[in-house]
Amino acid sequence: MNAPTDWRKFLARKSFIELDARERTKTILDAGSFREIVGPFDRLKSPWLPMQGIVAQADDGVVIARGTIDGQSAVVAAIESAYQGGSMGEVSGAKIAGALECALRDNEKGVPTRAVLLLETGGVRLQEANLGLAAIAEIHAAIIALRRHVPVVGVIGGMVGCFGGMSLAATLCSYLIVTRQTRLGMNGPEVIEQEAGIAEIDSSDKALIWSLIGGEQRSRVGMVDVLVEDDAVSIAEQVRAMFTRGVPAVHRAADLATYVARIASIDTSQQLTGVQLAALWGKGDSQ
Amino acid sequence: METIKYEYAAAKPVKRRAHVGVVGSGDLEVLIEPIEGGIAKVVINTSVDGFGQVWKTVVDRFFTHFDGCVAIEINDFGATPGVVLLRLEQAAEEIGQ
Repeated sequence: MNAPTDWRKFLARKSFIELDARERTKTILDAGSFREIVGPFDRLKSPWLPMQGIVAQADDGVVIARGTIDGQSAVVAAIESAYQGGSMGEVSGAKIAGALECALRDNEKGVPTRAVLLLETGGVRLQEANLGLAAIAEIHAAIIALRRHVPVVGVIGGMVGCFGGMSLAATLCSYLIVTRQTRLGMNGPEVIEQEAGIAEIDSSDKALIWSLIGGEQRSRVGMVDVLVEDDAVSIAEQVRAMFTRGVPAVHRAADLATYVARIASIDTSQQLTGVQLAALWGKGDSQ
Repeated sequence: METIKYEYAAAKPVKRRAHVGVVGSGDLEVLIEPIEGGIAKVVINTSVDGFGQVWKTVVDRFFTHFDGCVAIEINDFGATPGVVLLRLEQAAEEIGQ
């Protein structure tokens, strides 16, 4: 990523970040194979937001589409970040969990079905609290069940990033693809600053934030599999490459020995910088 | 949050439906679909209260040149009148009117 930028290529590229959830989904699936399930005209909206004076979106901010990837049956679930920060409510969460569960059933019946999650979310929708959290737990369970059959590929394009319970969903994926622009973490920097004070983290310090939880740093420390440019074509190619790799022998989130040892190697009496963590952990498995 | 409803006389049958936009800050989504009965029905759900007259003016202007028999649902998150009109025109273009 530190190579000089090829400006002609940069200008000719189709930005993935600038696409909405529906368009992102279309770029991942084989051309012309996009078929939306539970779309806006089905009007499965949040019943809870209007009660709290908030206008509900007709698809609750999640696009579910069936189609093919390299000719094989696939399902893509994409979160629309512009609606309520991509937050997971009862309906939007159930749509993703349901899509993954359907893909699981297809695989169990002997119809190989690939699954891709386009994650762009602040996590649970606070207005729907426990119902959103329950849906996120269902998503976690569905990813774990499904990834035994086929890789579950997560993409965090940016600019919202992926936080909260959905950051756990991201790390449960078989493979994770990120851009430099994105962020992946449990608590967002604003939340940490609000709860622990500006001495803990200054959320307005963008360089600091990205040095800790940005896509490039997550790649350096081996917490994601692929770091790509913000280019829809490259991202679609990388998704295909992940399916070619097949189901990993050991999923990252199941590799306890490696990560327990990594955490044990940290001296918590000192505040680590991103560079120090990369030096400590950045061995081998980062691309 | 406020819900506003309008009806207009309409003549042209419409075959397709379309969905455009997003319920994001300063934006709105428009769902437009065919209905029977020589009429067009508009339902607006808006996050901003008290702008009924502005909505009426904007939607009236759209229907000075739009004549499709459709149901339109607008879910608005504080879009300006210009953005509203652009989204309505975009939806009309998508259904080929």
